[in-house]
Amino acid sequence: MSKILLEIVTPDKLLLSKEVDEVICPGADGDFGVLPGHCQFLSALRVGELQYLIGEERQYFSIMWGFVDVTPTRVTVLAEVAEKAEDIDTERAQAKVLEAEAKVAAGGSREVMEAALTSLEKARLRKKVAERAKQRTH
Amino acid sequence: MPSLQGLRRKIGSIKNTQKITKAMKMVAAAKLKRAQERILAARPYAKKMAVVLGSLASRANRQAHPLLRKSTGNRIELLVVTSDRGLCGAFNTNILRKAVEFLRQKQEAGCTVTVSVVGRKGRDFFRRRPWARRQEWVGVFDRLSYEHALDIGGDIVQQFTGGTFDELHIVYNEFKSVIQQRVVVEKLLPIESLDQQAEKLGGGYLFEPDEEELLKALLPKHIEVQTFHALMESAAAELGARMAAMDGATRNAGELIQKLTLYYNKTRQAAITKELMDIVGGAEALK
Repeated sequence: MSKILLEIVTPDKLLLSKEVDEVICPGADGDFGVLPGHCQFLSALRVGELQYLIGEERQYFSIMWGFVDVTPTRVTVLAEVAEKAEDIDTERAQAKVLEAEAKVAAGGSREVMEAALTSLEKARLRKKVAERAKQRTH
Repeated sequence: MPSLQGLRRKIGSIKNTQKITKAMKMVAAAKLKRAQERILAARPYAKKMAVVLGSLASRANRQAHPLLRKSTGNRIELLVVTSDRGLCGAFNTNILRKAVEFLRQKQEAGCTVTVSVVGRKGRDFFRRRPWARRQEWVGVFDRLSYEHALDIGGDIVQQFTGGTFDELHIVYNEFKSVIQQRVVVEKLLPIESLDQQAEKLGGGYLFEPDEEELLKALLPKHIEVQTFHALMESAAAELGARMAAMDGATRNAGELIQKLTLYYNKTRQAAITKELMDIVGGAEALK
């Protein structure tokens, strides 16, 4: 079966470059899956979870904004922030969630609220992705 | 014959200079390490972004966004990236020579050229040249951050969209290795398509959310990223050049000190011998 090259880059580094069977991206208008031979496609990304499959092996990444360029042979993810599930510290992620929740609960002006909600979204995502990695190792 | 005191003073002064050049070399080396790590980490993103944009430009509708629109005019702007400080060998000379060559060439081809400069050295250079300077940024390298790229990139995009110029090229020093820099000229605007990998696949290009909105977000960001990349390359290259230049200067000072010390000792020896001869001669005469 043919494979598709997945590349994840952030402004800090080249995070991943690998031949995979399938990619599931958090698109701005909803998640979408990419298989080899996908038609050309450019999409914005939101804060969400990206996963790829090699055979039965499934890997997770947390992605925060950016773009993805899809061609029949290649998926290039240009993310603002991206982390591999295994690299996220679960406890710290949990602490961040609580912190963000407290901030949201505290309320404030509209901008403050918006910022708080965004950070809560990010924190929840990181926690979710980190837990995925844990589940798999069990 | 120079006086002994004069020689001693000269040696002392060279020793001081050597201390300074040595310190500058160390500082440059320490800073270079950080700059190098930064640039090596940032390269893939900028390169990938360029590839994505290139393939996009070859397929997307040229009229969809002003930054993609092929220019018809002949007004060319050159963005020259130099350093703020000197004492870095041929770093600025190389870049400015290339810039002048480029400007002459374009002028001969009948284009109107303007210059924008980053860095104090470039500004001072172009102040005394006949080309029109449009914009200058000085002091960005003290604390280089993405903000600067936002600033510069934003201005470029705005001026291009506003029709101040039809093409923008950038010339900067690329960090090849610690002791090697390479002068690079790149065309930044309008965004070029990568024809060599034109994967001419039928059918359209899908966009999500929609083409216009996506391009509006992506294209200016691309310019910022490329500008930032050029600035970082230049910063690392500058430090490398300075380190090499200061290393050379320290070595030269060392050689000079050695030579002068030898000469000083010889002169001193000769003076002592002469004095001894005088004393012996005097004693002889008293007998």
